[in-house]
Amino acid sequence: MTLIPEYDFKKIFFEPWSTLELCIWNGQIILMGILVCWTCGIVGSFIVVRRMALMGDAISHGILPGLALAFICSGSMALGPMWIGSCVAGITCSFCIEWLRFQTPIKEDAALGLVFTSFFATGVLMLGMEAENAHIDPECILYGEIGFTPLAPDLKLGSLRLGNQALWTMGGVFLSVAIAAVVFYRQILISSFDPILARSMGTPVRQVHLGLMLSLSLATVASLEAVGVILVVAMFVFPAVTASFFFDRLSSIVFFSLPLGLAYSIGGFHLAHWFDCSLAASMVVFAGLLFIPCCFLAPNSGILWKITSLRNVGR
Amino acid sequence: MKPVRSNSSPLTGRCFPWFSIFFLLVCAFINQTLLGAQIQSPVDISLGDRALRFLQMRDYSVRIVAVGSILIGISCGMMGSFVVTRRLSLFGDTLSHAVLPGIAIGFLWVEAKDNLALLIGASMAGFLGVACVTLLKKFSKVRQDSALGLVLSGFYAIGICILTRIQKMEFGNQAGLDTYLFGQVSSLSESDLWGICISLALIVLFMTSNHRELLVSGFDLEFSKSMGLPSEAIQYAMWGLLAFCVISSLQVIGVILASALLIIPAASASLLAKRMSTYILVSALLGAIAGFVGAFLSFLGQRIPTGPLIVVVATTFFLLILFLRPSQGIIVNWLQSRRQSRQIEMENMLKAIYQVMEKQEFSEPAVRMEEVTRRRGVGKDSRAKEIESLIDSGYVSRSYEKNKFAKLPHEQFISLTPKGWENACRIVRNHRLWELYLTNEARYAADHVHEDAEKIEHVLGEETVRKIERLLSNPKKDPHGKLIPSLVDVRKGWLPEFPLNKNE
Repeated sequence: MTLIPEYDFKKIFFEPWSTLELCIWNGQIILMGILVCWTCGIVGSFIVVRRMALMGDAISHGILPGLALAFICSGSMALGPMWIGSCVAGITCSFCIEWLRFQTPIKEDAALGLVFTSFFATGVLMLGMEAENAHIDPECILYGEIGFTPLAPDLKLGSLRLGNQALWTMGGVFLSVAIAAVVFYRQILISSFDPILARSMGTPVRQVHLGLMLSLSLATVASLEAVGVILVVAMFVFPAVTASFFFDRLSSIVFFSLPLGLAYSIGGFHLAHWFDCSLAASMVVFAGLLFIPCCFLAPNSGILWKITSLRNVGR
Repeated sequence: MKPVRSNSSPLTGRCFPWFSIFFLLVCAFINQTLLGAQIQSPVDISLGDRALRFLQMRDYSVRIVAVGSILIGISCGMMGSFVVTRRLSLFGDTLSHAVLPGIAIGFLWVEAKDNLALLIGASMAGFLGVACVTLLKKFSKVRQDSALGLVLSGFYAIGICILTRIQKMEFGNQAGLDTYLFGQVSSLSESDLWGICISLALIVLFMTSNHRELLVSGFDLEFSKSMGLPSEAIQYAMWGLLAFCVISSLQVIGVILASALLIIPAASASLLAKRMSTYILVSALLGAIAGFVGAFLSFLGQRIPTGPLIVVVATTFFLLILFLRPSQGIIVNWLQSRRQSRQIEMENMLKAIYQVMEKQEFSEPAVRMEEVTRRRGVGKDSRAKEIESLIDSGYVSRSYEKNKFAKLPHEQFISLTPKGWENACRIVRNHRLWELYLTNEARYAADHVHEDAEKIEHVLGEETVRKIERLLSNPKKDPHGKLIPSLVDVRKGWLPEFPLNKNE
């Protein structure tokens, strides 16, 4: 068995879809991937234009103690308590960062690095201690396993079986994030690019910021079981940055993250099938593979064009 | 034209790196002495015994663990002080995450956990990651924070992919590579210790030989360029050292939290130290303590990963320093500002008493308490408390007078002691002088000056008051036509039969 298995088109692309059962099983995984990518892509576009990509990183690490606490208190991995716990932790985290930054001589980057590593470490310790007397899987929260999606129980409404619960939850989160993005699009747009103008126009800049933080925590928690807290950063950053090579308008960037999410999920799935490795990680690797040519060849800001034009100028 | 660098210039005076050579010798000595009796498997003994065993250091592996964690703390602390002053904290984080695929590939290469292979792989991946960030920033319109996020998560994902792949291969079971994610100090071996020693020696060598260059280029890059210092080369050398430092500490602290050991001790030290040299020393010391205590706790708890423990210990130290540091600690600051606001409240109360007396045209030596509290406004209780504290500090004395209506409680009267009188006069005087100054000299409208004077009256020093007096040629009345209490009034007590005689 070697590191790079033989490339077999038929095995990689047809085998997962050969029988109906396999189709349903893998379809659920891919659908979950798409929903995660879309949710994170929408939130991520706003985060990236606000230059808060690393804040996203920090929050996604910083919610860990809240998750651990919520799990210890409620004893389940249900979305409700987990979200509340993570919101509390996420807001505390961002509050600590701001406080250190403005009230002490600590610089912004050091404050960020200090707070989120401390929060993360506390969370890992809490999970580690809890793991001894409860059956929570810290690995699941840290790395996620999207392949377990089809194992989730069915959502029941009376006697009606509506299908996979995990998918329904993720779909609900996606819908609420999408609706919020559409409804508050103008406010977010103005407060992202010109907070002073936004304030003079009566836009509640602080509340917009807070709402964005809350939806960031919501997206992170919802996609936690699928991709884990570290890889979720990639889901935030990659679609937005890749889209920004092609588009300048924020709305186009947000919309372009949808086809990108589709591509990441399907491409990552088959990549993982080829290499027989972690599904979530290979989704991110696929995103990286898509990013590289875009970075070089994007029509108006690709590196290649820039270098050639520089050379022309030199002549 | 290159500026001529003379040997007498303070920036080129290098101390020959004797220190680091000496240091290497010490490391070698430590390694030799470590080869003592070995006691295996410290499992199934009680917590107290384990603590005792660790602290007695009779155990070979314990000694390796202790020395290794302390050395890592020192090297990360030293490196961190540069990382934090140059605002590169998040680069450190990205670097440590980007190292993961290198570790995985290094492992694949030799198909076993060989330290050299891992080190080479990790260095290459780390450099590649940093190069990606730099290139993205330089050549594309991706902003720095996004570039860091991209490289961090992208490289990390590649690493996870390869690691999950390795676990499915036939030699993957013995890997134990997951210790690299969160660190496990007990897996530290002698060769790891050598790696740590070498990277620490390199760091010390680099810092002692380039101390001044680092200082200048860290705080003023343009200036250092204009002096002809090789700031670019120094920057790249620093990258390299940072990579070595992070990689050699991965075994103990793990990929995800490696940046914490760089940032937290240095950030805590930045609260304490003003000079770079003390800063580096304090940071190294804090790192060493955090490393040692973290390793100790991890040893006690057996299966708990070391990295988070070290980070939690370091954060605890940070918080202690933040709250308790002598000059500007939060608690000290808080106490100070509380004392100050108490002082201001007391002075305002004295002023209110004076004003009530003035309203009665100083006919009575004592005034009704109610009138004073009414003048100060807001909650009666807190005002009563303020008067209590004034009485305690001897500014005011209190007397009771029987009410005309026998059923009602006694009415409270308060009168100023000489000390209180002096202070009240001083405050009122400051206030009115300042108002006058603002209207006469700064051309403020008379109805705008009160708020400003209300604040400044508490902080005007004796000297400034004299100056203003001279400037306004010893005025008698403020812009609102009220008398300014003069120095003579203060000394005499103004009215002959004033509170003075009542108190005596």
